[in-house]
Amino acid sequence: MTAASLSSRPLHTDDVDQTEIDQTEINQTALATYVLGLGDDALILAQRLGEWITRAPQIEEDIALGNIALDLLGQARTLLSYAGDLEGRISGTPRDEDDLAFLRDEREFRNVHLVEIENGDFAVTMARQLVFSAYQYELYTALLTSIDPTLSALAAKAVKEVAYHRDHATQWVIRLGDGTPESHDRMQAALDRVWPYVEEVFDSADTAGILAGLPGIAADPAALRPVWSFFVENVIRTATLSVPAPTWRSRGGRTGYHSENLGHLLPDMQNLHRSHPGAIW
Amino acid sequence: MTTAPGTTPIGTGWPPSPLTVEQLREIAGGVPDPEIPVLTLHDLGILRDVQVTADGTVEVTLTPTYTGCPATGVIAGDVETALRTAGVARIAVRTVLAPAWTTDWMSRDGHRKLREYGIAPPGPCRPAQSVQSGPRSIGLTLSARCPRCGSARTREISRFGSTPCKSLWSCLSCAEPFDSFKAI
Repeated sequence: MTAASLSSRPLHTDDVDQTEIDQTEINQTALATYVLGLGDDALILAQRLGEWITRAPQIEEDIALGNIALDLLGQARTLLSYAGDLEGRISGTPRDEDDLAFLRDEREFRNVHLVEIENGDFAVTMARQLVFSAYQYELYTALLTSIDPTLSALAAKAVKEVAYHRDHATQWVIRLGDGTPESHDRMQAALDRVWPYVEEVFDSADTAGILAGLPGIAADPAALRPVWSFFVENVIRTATLSVPAPTWRSRGGRTGYHSENLGHLLPDMQNLHRSHPGAIW
Repeated sequence: MTTAPGTTPIGTGWPPSPLTVEQLREIAGGVPDPEIPVLTLHDLGILRDVQVTADGTVEVTLTPTYTGCPATGVIAGDVETALRTAGVARIAVRTVLAPAWTTDWMSRDGHRKLREYGIAPPGPCRPAQSVQSGPRSIGLTLSARCPRCGSARTREISRFGSTPCKSLWSCLSCAEPFDSFKAI
């Protein structure tokens, strides 16, 4: 996903009625931060999945991962455009999706650590996809009833796409887990590798202040956890695997503290845009 | 709003288009999809609205099939070109996400054209399956019918195909691979 410019024809949100939302500055700031976090999750995972292209185990999988990355990139475009627009209403200097994707440094990204970890083998990528797509499925389902018209419109669109992502990951986790002794062990090792990053996805602690300012607008990730667990644990059991009990957990992504991985990912993603400012296809 | 490039009026005057809204809708709706050219935008159901504003601008509203579909930008450009060719001077094409597009909006004609083109048309979209069911295991879906020999003895090879809107299938009767339009 190394488009020199994402914004040749952006999706626009300015036609929606914003008057229902309380227009206080605090809420605008909270909303911008919240939307940025969701957008960064989608953007960074799109970039990671794009790394599989030409390297997947089979051509169908190459296409599947490329398609999933493209869906995520589409969601990221809508979310980052909206975040930049909201930011502009406060600061007076809006940033577009390209500014946000390509011209921010590591500390300014608000994604969780889960999406920035390296792809690992195919099993690790599928374990991460299971965790993330099942989370996004519940997130967008919850946002269907958001009183923010941009978020509810995106959710209605994205939940259908994510249902496919979740099914895809489910099929692979079951196939590998309930497969040969080798694939079983590697799928279990993949879950073990990914699980320390799960807690952070549902942790509301770092974003409590933001969420408190967005009643009826945002979805509290902690509230999505039970239904997520029900689904994911069912898949893991069906796959004859066990739910890992990690001894450590990641934290800090939502406040801009990242692992070394993001520092390696960003130059890859941003190099073209920064070397050739304003370049378009 | 995505204001198409070149919306500045040419010369000093820009007489409002003499075409009626119905005619404009027909022109915009008749634009072929860039990736599946047998289908028009009308067949796909992604042309949401055509309006003429007080200043004579023709406003076209489109909705994307998938949020990340790269054809969305090309389609907007093609609509603009088609209207310009028909003599419309001021055009604005915008893209809206709500209400979310569903394959149920595809016309019956569109289904027939897809089949003739070698792509299995989408089955009915069941919101209960794709959106509101909550936790579930892998759902059962009907197999796509082979667009070449009509057999229902087919197998899904991959849920993801050459474009975001299609999945890849293979026919067990005639052994031909084919694309199937995903119901969303």
